[in-house]
Amino acid sequence: MQHFRANLTHSLKRFAAAFLACAILISGCGGGDNGEFANVLNRSLGPEPETLDVHAALSTQAATVLRDLGEGLTAYSASGELVAAAAERWEVSDDGLEYKFWLRPEARWSNGESVTAEHFVYSFRRLVNPKTAAPYAQHLIDIENAEAIVKKGGPVDSLGVNAESDFELTIRLARSVPYFLKLLAHNSTYPVFPPSVEEHGPAFARAGNLISNGAYKLDDRTMGAVISLSRNEHYWNNANTAIDRVRHFIAPDETAEVNRFRAGELDITETVSTQMFAKLREEMPDALRVAPFLQVYYYGLNLTKPPFKGNRKLRQALSMAIDRETIVDKVIGRGEQAAYGWMPPGVNNYDAMTFTYSTQSKADRHATARRLYLESGYSLRNPLQVEIRYNTSQTHKNIALAVQAMWRDVLGVETTLINEEFRVLLANMLAREVTQVFRSSWSGDYNDASSFLDIMKSGNPSNLTGFSDEDYDSLLERAATQMDPLFRQVYLEEAETRLLEEHPVIPIYFYVSKHLVSSRVIGWQDNVLDYHYSQHLSLKTND
Amino acid sequence: MKTSSGNRRPRYAILGNRLVVVCLLALLAIAVLSIVGTIASPYSVEEISFDQNFEGPSLGGGHWFGTDDLGRDLFVRTLKGTQITFLIAIVATMVSLVIGVTYGAIAGYFGGKIDAIMMRAVDALYAMPFIFFVILLMVVFERSLTLMFIAIGAINWLDTARIVRGQTISLKQRAFVDAARMVGVSNFAIIARHIAPNLLGIVIVYVTLTIPQIILFESFLSFLGLGVQEPQTSLGALVSEGVSRMERAPWMLLFPASFLAVMLLCLNFLGDGLRDVFDPKSAKA
Amino acid sequence: MLRFALLRILGAIPTLFVVIAVAFMLVHAAPGGPFDSERVLLPEVEQSILQAYHLDEPLPQQFARYLRGVLRGDFGPSYTHSEYDVSEIIFASFPVSFLLGAYALITALTLGVFFGLVAALRRNTAIDHLLSGLAMTGISIPVFVIAPVMVLLFAVHLGWLPASFSGGTGAGRFVLPVIALALPQLAYFARLFRASMIEVLESDYIRTARAQGLSTVSIIRHHALKPALLPLVSYLGPAIAAVLTGSVVVEQIFGIPGLGQHFVNGALNRDYTLVLGLVIFYAALIITLNLFVDLLYRYLDPRTRRQ
Repeated sequence: MQHFRANLTHSLKRFAAAFLACAILISGCGGGDNGEFANVLNRSLGPEPETLDVHAALSTQAATVLRDLGEGLTAYSASGELVAAAAERWEVSDDGLEYKFWLRPEARWSNGESVTAEHFVYSFRRLVNPKTAAPYAQHLIDIENAEAIVKKGGPVDSLGVNAESDFELTIRLARSVPYFLKLLAHNSTYPVFPPSVEEHGPAFARAGNLISNGAYKLDDRTMGAVISLSRNEHYWNNANTAIDRVRHFIAPDETAEVNRFRAGELDITETVSTQMFAKLREEMPDALRVAPFLQVYYYGLNLTKPPFKGNRKLRQALSMAIDRETIVDKVIGRGEQAAYGWMPPGVNNYDAMTFTYSTQSKADRHATARRLYLESGYSLRNPLQVEIRYNTSQTHKNIALAVQAMWRDVLGVETTLINEEFRVLLANMLAREVTQVFRSSWSGDYNDASSFLDIMKSGNPSNLTGFSDEDYDSLLERAATQMDPLFRQVYLEEAETRLLEEHPVIPIYFYVSKHLVSSRVIGWQDNVLDYHYSQHLSLKTND
Repeated sequence: MKTSSGNRRPRYAILGNRLVVVCLLALLAIAVLSIVGTIASPYSVEEISFDQNFEGPSLGGGHWFGTDDLGRDLFVRTLKGTQITFLIAIVATMVSLVIGVTYGAIAGYFGGKIDAIMMRAVDALYAMPFIFFVILLMVVFERSLTLMFIAIGAINWLDTARIVRGQTISLKQRAFVDAARMVGVSNFAIIARHIAPNLLGIVIVYVTLTIPQIILFESFLSFLGLGVQEPQTSLGALVSEGVSRMERAPWMLLFPASFLAVMLLCLNFLGDGLRDVFDPKSAKA
Repeated sequence: MLRFALLRILGAIPTLFVVIAVAFMLVHAAPGGPFDSERVLLPEVEQSILQAYHLDEPLPQQFARYLRGVLRGDFGPSYTHSEYDVSEIIFASFPVSFLLGAYALITALTLGVFFGLVAALRRNTAIDHLLSGLAMTGISIPVFVIAPVMVLLFAVHLGWLPASFSGGTGAGRFVLPVIALALPQLAYFARLFRASMIEVLESDYIRTARAQGLSTVSIIRHHALKPALLPLVSYLGPAIAAVLTGSVVVEQIFGIPGLGQHFVNGALNRDYTLVLGLVIFYAALIITLNLFVDLLYRYLDPRTRRQ
């Protein structure tokens, strides 16, 4: 017995040593090949993308990877111009209802097969098919019969998309959509390879199964770590793709992401945290890329219940009492722009509208705010008691704290801050039962004013405020049917003005895209959609 | 304090006592400071000042610990956070202890089927997705501080129960238990008078290990957005804020983290000292 | 021993059932669903998704359906990651968590026992206080402070080690994550072992052995070590479970493709099937580990064997 016990410790030690040896051996092999290929781009995605199925993907992370893997009929250039992609040219009928696309005969999938019009037909049908339950089905909702298919389950092949020949595609619309070509650059309209989908079902999007028609193909995916892509040699424009391999890293923690960049493990970061921004601006100003981005940060107001129901003056008072410049400079400080309107700057064919008080001095604004506050039925003795809901984030919390202080100092409002986990907040916002003031944001899927204005239409599911205004809706209707771009712009601008007058939302700031881009990377151009296709980039070779 | 072994004990005892006293005083000092400081300070916990944000600590300038990114005084916030952290530690530990010790002692003492069922229940509870449990509680009961203490304590008692059960099993084999049983002492009397005091040592050590766990669990909850809500704050919340601003404003991390570390260190040494005092050997018949 | 083990395993089945049932109810009780997003779906599309995943059926029906699947070994597709099955996700992530956790545990155990032993032998001296204090840093400073500080120091400024697991290569990328994972457990083991060793060293039979003239080394190896290890063994079960399923914070910071991320993300994304699959996996693991720990306990403490 004694002998055995003595051996126990002895054997434990030996076991430990053996384990350590194994460990070193195991960890030695299967490691990354960081050093082997100099022509590898290391990008960070941020959080894990949910899926690589073009029809199921919703997040911006998924979109970033999909833009490297696939290609739609149109695409954006590095500078943000709409260009031909899978289609080499097109014709639009005078009434704007019929589009004819000529596909590139030399375009190939990653398995060498030709990209044909039939593939696009199949893919568009799959997008609108209710069984696919695609979140972006609404992008094609204006195609003939699409609405019937999505909403009433009509036959999928009635969709107004037809392959006239191997490389000729026609699309018939139910109503004219001036920005339709832009929709075709969005990753939800990318084609899928039909035999693959038929064979594998949802699993077609896995590494080993995924056939892609873009500049890269999917090599490997390790959830929580990295998605590895390599050059698609069959891509029609492969000659102009400079980078051989792209690794999209998962980096859910912003501080860690920055540190990985500084350690040289990442060439591009997805974002730059507020806390690190000032320091990085000193430390590596050349790596910092900040540019206007089509997204607005706003406080939505629940118009279906008191205190905001029917009380426009109160809503406006609250909006005027907020010192947006302070929030943008002191609380966030990454170059965001104070939002005195709903539409961010940089939208095609559009001049953003602003509040009537955007140029007033702070003192004047506050004075008017107090007056409106009193007129809306509140006073210092009878203060408004209101709740601001926001989801977990340091930035949201700090902004809410700032707004709370501002409303208190200017108007005497008593605000309670409620931090909710994202989906809880979402459920509350959708139900419109308990929300009063809630933090939200909206970004444009495509560069057109309608991508921001449509969601405030009555009945739009993303209309979290319950805003329902006849004038607004009719202005948008008229804009939608307007063929002349200038008249359309006028209607849209009037609609935005109407929106701003009614104050169903309090826009706070317009986002900027912020990335750290290493000096190794050539060809990065800021654009307002923040699309950075890897195929437009190249790497500086070390001598 | 009785000694049962040879000469070494008294020397250690004195040293142990000194350390215990120092730690006790330190903890008391922190507790008192946290109350007095928040009252005496001209700054409030929530007063925002955009002009004074990210100021470093300065003794003369008024903000002894500096300010945070919204210009709030860090000294007052650290003290307030200390108060809340103390509160959390005490209440949650009490809950955890009461449930855990009772459960573990009963399971360990009675053994057999009762033990088997009780420990299977513990196994089942361990496997619960505690995050969901916490999310649910927080949502359904509207984020009250009290409820959070109870939730944390209720999640934490499992470890205590296991340890106590293990010790009870060992203890009940001892001679004095058999002797008591032979004499006819009731089961509950045995648990209360013989087993429990002998558990005290290991339970106390375990308490000093549990408190940091509890405090750290609260900071993890804050990290997820489920912990202490504004305008309240805790050391855990302050520390997790401070980490992301570590390079920009190191004082935001340094001060709360130091308070936290000192508190936990003192609790630990205190636990050691208490263990010496309650050593079952000295009470042995 | 064998009968004991078998009985335990049989007893585990009702446990698992209860676990699944409670988890199922909890998971569905939390507000919000897997397919909610700020880009709100068209009502018809949403209805379609819910139908496809049977989420529109009454809960008992969904539960029965889920159980039938589990009994067939089918844990369903992940709701969030629709191209993967839950079992695939779990079995892809588990090895990394396991490896990392094992290294961390071995480190924590060996160093913890060593520190605890030295501290116990040199009780109340400067060395004791030093080691105790050092061990305490493991549990007095949160992991989400230690890890970024280490990254800042060793990866960014000194460049000795990689800043992330996925971005690095070779053995170096294990070092920081293992240290971050091991530190809290090291502290516990050291403290527990020290206290336990002190108690054991003062017990009668040790004093007897000392009186008999046996050397300290011999006493420790043959008489003190095993009983002193007992509380650690009790703690081992939960320690292993906690480390193996991955510290969420460590995985987030170092970009480690382990299980911990799925637990939290699954909960936050309301990925019901993934969370349930994890719960079952975790429960089975715990039950197995507890069995192993209890067997070990019985082995080490012969007094408990006569049950």
